[in-house]
Amino acid sequence: MKLELKDTPGQLLGALKPISDIGGNIITIIHQRDQTTSENTLKVDVVLELAEQKLDALIEALRERGCGVVRIGKQRLLQKQSLIMIGHLMHTDLTDTVDRIDQTGFAEVSELHMVMPAIDEPSTAKITLRAVSPEEMLHAVRILREVAEQKDILILEPIGGME
Amino acid sequence: MRLAIIGFGAVGQGLARALVETGFVITAVADSRSAAINPDGLDIPEVLARKEKTGLCGDTGVGSADILSSGAFDILVEVSPTNADTGEPALSTIRSALAMGKHVVTSNKGPIACAYHELKALADQKGVMIGYEATVAGAVPIVSGLRQGLAGNTVQSLHGILNGTCNYILTRMRDEGLTYPQALQEARDLGYAEADPTSDVKGIDAAIKLVILANTVLGMDVTLNDVAITGIDSITLEALSLAEAEGATIRLIGEILPGKNQVRVSPRVISLDHPLVVDGTLNAISVCCDLAGQVTFIGKGAGPYPTASAILADLNFIRDAYDRGA
Ligand SMILES: NC(=O)c1ccc[n+]([C@@H]2O[C@H](COP(=O)([O-])OP(=O)(O)OC[C@H]3O[C@@H](n4cnc5c(N)ncnc54)[C@H](OP(=O)(O)O)[C@@H]3O)[C@@H](O)[C@H]2O)c1
Repeated sequence: MKLELKDTPGQLLGALKPISDIGGNIITIIHQRDQTTSENTLKVDVVLELAEQKLDALIEALRERGCGVVRIGKQRLLQKQSLIMIGHLMHTDLTDTVDRIDQTGFAEVSELHMVMPAIDEPSTAKITLRAVSPEEMLHAVRILREVAEQKDILILEPIGGME
Repeated sequence: MRLAIIGFGAVGQGLARALVETGFVITAVADSRSAAINPDGLDIPEVLARKEKTGLCGDTGVGSADILSSGAFDILVEVSPTNADTGEPALSTIRSALAMGKHVVTSNKGPIACAYHELKALADQKGVMIGYEATVAGAVPIVSGLRQGLAGNTVQSLHGILNGTCNYILTRMRDEGLTYPQALQEARDLGYAEADPTSDVKGIDAAIKLVILANTVLGMDVTLNDVAITGIDSITLEALSLAEAEGATIRLIGEILPGKNQVRVSPRVISLDHPLVVDGTLNAISVCCDLAGQVTFIGKGAGPYPTASAILADLNFIRDAYDRGA
């Protein structure tokens, strides 16, 4: 999102605080001096990770601090979840396993960390999925579970925290 | 009140010891091959000594059928081995006792998982109680906790560590880097795992406990076949390391989502700071309720005295509610 701040010291820090307070994760900040406009304001681009339902609360918190939100960019693949897979992952066409998620259009495999102890022994991998919304994450996990069942792969899903 | 104890193994004997000076009188006991009956009360130290010496608690040729027909008890305590498929022979014994207008307290999961709704209807019709606190999570008062303690709440989800053997194995794999077969062998050597550990490590025992909770306190009507079950026997050390790198570990978790009518048992990745992450043979159950929020119960899930504790709680509840003469 692009933020508009007053060009006074401490403003940027003040604007970033509500983001972390609300559980957002700041990925990058692009802060260009030459974008200072005549009204002595500063425009800052912030890329962040935040659950969709918390966005309104964040905008509200920013406004209270006198910090205008100029533009909210595309929200995509905000959900992230890691699972563990155990089985004959290579022999059962790992590329296909990953494709089945990537093909959905609403979710993708963003990371895969595989450990192969010995030939013929089952291998173990951590697979990280990203999806557009919590519902689509559930859907992606369901697809992965179906694929795993066909390929005799054990899937360990995470259990949520203190919901 | 007078008790007849059917089954005189670890739990039955532990209970007999725990009952000393509680005011309950044991008038009958039975094991697989013998029984003893005395309407005025048995000499329990003598019965325990005989069982230890001869393997028999009473006389051969006498059995639970004779105890039932004697009618010399107010509460039948059923603590014989669990048969998850049919609940028998305990189910028939319990049915007969209820039909006679006797209260029943049991630690036997079979009859409760197979036929709770039928048994409860029979008990209601006869105006007696059926207590089964000991069937799930040993000493942890999860049944009364949900039924009385959290009465009025809607339970949105229940998650639990319900099998001490699996929890012990996964704890040892994480803490000591033991492989699954090594940790299983250690659990056997320490007496935490049975000679045939299938029911534990395949998640069946935990699933039976979920069926009991779902049907008896969460208003559901499910059978063991409705539970999606995955055990812990193919968990690798690599999986534990990958979880550890995320500040998490792996535990066998039973899950009930009443709103989705979903019941499952599976190894799950769980954050190390989650309240369900307990070590060793402990059991833990966490419920998420509409009013109370999250409530977690932790305690010993097995062992003669923890199990006797749950049985005694049911016995006391019945005595408080029915024994007006006392
Ligand atoms: N152990 C625990 O920590 C624990 C915790 C919660 C629930 N439970 C449940 O409580 C029950 C008892 O467990 P336990 O550990 O005490 O088992 P156990 O040590 O194996 O004892 C079972 C007892 O039942 C007797 N028995 C077997 N068949 C019988 C029959 N047809 N009629 C009468 N008695 C019979 C056995 O007789 P013999 O002595 O002649 O073999 C033995 O005395 C089981 O259903 C178990 O699942 C146990």
